[in-house]
Amino acid sequence: MTVLETRNLTYKYGIGTPFEKTAVEDVSIQIERGEFLGVIGHTGSGKSTLIQMLNGLIRPTSGQVLLEGKDIWAEPKKIRDVRFKVGMVFQYPEYQLFEETVLKDIMFGPKNMGLSDAQAQARAEEAAAFTGLKAELLEKSPFELSGGEKRRAAIAGVIAMDPEVLVLDEPTAGLDPRGRDVLLTQITQYHKKRGNTVLLVSHSMEDIGRTADRLLVMNSSRCAYLAPTQEVFAQSGRLEEMGLRVPQITKIVQALERLGCPVDPSTLTVDHALKQLIPYFKQLNPGKES
Amino acid sequence: MLSDITLGQFFPAKSLMHKADPRLKICLTIFSIVLIFAAGNFFSLGWAVLYIALAMALSKIPLKMYLRALKPILFLVAFTAVLNIFYGTGDPLFQWGILKITKNGLLNCLFVSIRIIVLILASSVLTFTTSPTQLTDAIERLLRPLSKLHVPVHDFAMMMTIALRFVPLLMEETDKIMSAQKARGADMESGGLVQRVKALIPVLIPLFVSAFRRAYDLATAMESRCYHGGEGRTKMKVLRFSSHDYCIIGSALLALAAFITLNMVFPPAIVR
Repeated sequence: MTVLETRNLTYKYGIGTPFEKTAVEDVSIQIERGEFLGVIGHTGSGKSTLIQMLNGLIRPTSGQVLLEGKDIWAEPKKIRDVRFKVGMVFQYPEYQLFEETVLKDIMFGPKNMGLSDAQAQARAEEAAAFTGLKAELLEKSPFELSGGEKRRAAIAGVIAMDPEVLVLDEPTAGLDPRGRDVLLTQITQYHKKRGNTVLLVSHSMEDIGRTADRLLVMNSSRCAYLAPTQEVFAQSGRLEEMGLRVPQITKIVQALERLGCPVDPSTLTVDHALKQLIPYFKQLNPGKES
Repeated sequence: MLSDITLGQFFPAKSLMHKADPRLKICLTIFSIVLIFAAGNFFSLGWAVLYIALAMALSKIPLKMYLRALKPILFLVAFTAVLNIFYGTGDPLFQWGILKITKNGLLNCLFVSIRIIVLILASSVLTFTTSPTQLTDAIERLLRPLSKLHVPVHDFAMMMTIALRFVPLLMEETDKIMSAQKARGADMESGGLVQRVKALIPVLIPLFVSAFRRAYDLATAMESRCYHGGEGRTKMKVLRFSSHDYCIIGSALLALAAFITLNMVFPPAIVR
């Protein structure tokens, strides 16, 4: 079932000035309920503008955004309700923290929805648990936390609104490798438990390959692909033309396949590759045990 | 929305005004502002207006930009105009209770409005045609005599450069933070005054925090490149007067002579 849909969505910056520029052009996509959609594209391909139109932060120049079949701009006064349903975590979200305590900051969204203090607090605690934020940190000032903890607190602030669709713009940017792994695992777990839709924008093909069911590829303001992850990454040549690449492991298995090794060329994770390759290598050298 | 502010914005172009020495431009701006306020009658005021209009024409900047710079002060103009219109002396042309409009009041109102508008236009010519770097360089040079009195002129100029450099950055940051808070349902477009001011807190606090963070980062970056103040620092672009600048000075002196004549020959317009 489709939860979010765009029809001929177009956005132009600076209309009527010499700096006019089309950021998004004629994008018609359907996002299914419960899917984990990866969004990739070269810098300046229009993906940030596109996702900001999905929750009504930017009003499209032409075209429509339909949330559960209804045009989100049908009633401009109710655009806030759309923002509660399509939660958006911006890049470097830790810079949006402002309250006295972490808990209050996470409660900001739910309180804006009109929930009571008790309800908002329950939501906030649940969201903090989802993002792996320790309970003792909740009473601290957000400015005392470490960078990674601030990031978690900010993401929790959006998750606490319990959105139908959660959009994350490069949530792992600037984190160390371990922090990235842990945060991604938590996001996938959140997605599994809640069963809602997640859009993940990332420049890391490894992250995308590990998590996304389908991929939306943006190239020079247009939607280039919207297809299952494996299908998209099978087109490594086309992706490289767009300034993108496939995960390193996919590149390796594709090269091995060309050499005659029986592996699936759309393998996306190291674990999956190992499962195929170890039996093959063992069968090549039957005497050796490792 | 926030990018609408044009006051103090530089528009690169190739024109006589852009080429002129920034020190000269600062002096001329002050000079023309003095002219506007020294003007006693409509003839000398008209002459000063003409002088500034010429500078505007030579700057090759579309008139639209100048009009946009006037927008934020329209309220001030209207306010002073209304105040002046009722404070005239002489026979009333129109009377309603204690409020009366006289010919003298109307003239005063016109005179003051022209003064304020031209004041903004004159300073716009300076800021539109001079890049912030040039501007601070020129201010630093003009204020150098003060360093004899132990005024840290270079430090002031550096602070100004940095402040100007950070304006667009902070604007962008404000936009980002506003979007982030709106995404969490912050409502900044409706409600009364108190509610609106309260709605700014989630924007202002992160903005301050990030301004401090940027300031610390910049201080570290400057120190790691051995910045230690103005002592013995040389400039990549040294300001020099060209023949072109001397022509401008000459024409300004001629204009001043004509202005003084006009001011003395005709009777003053404002009578209190």
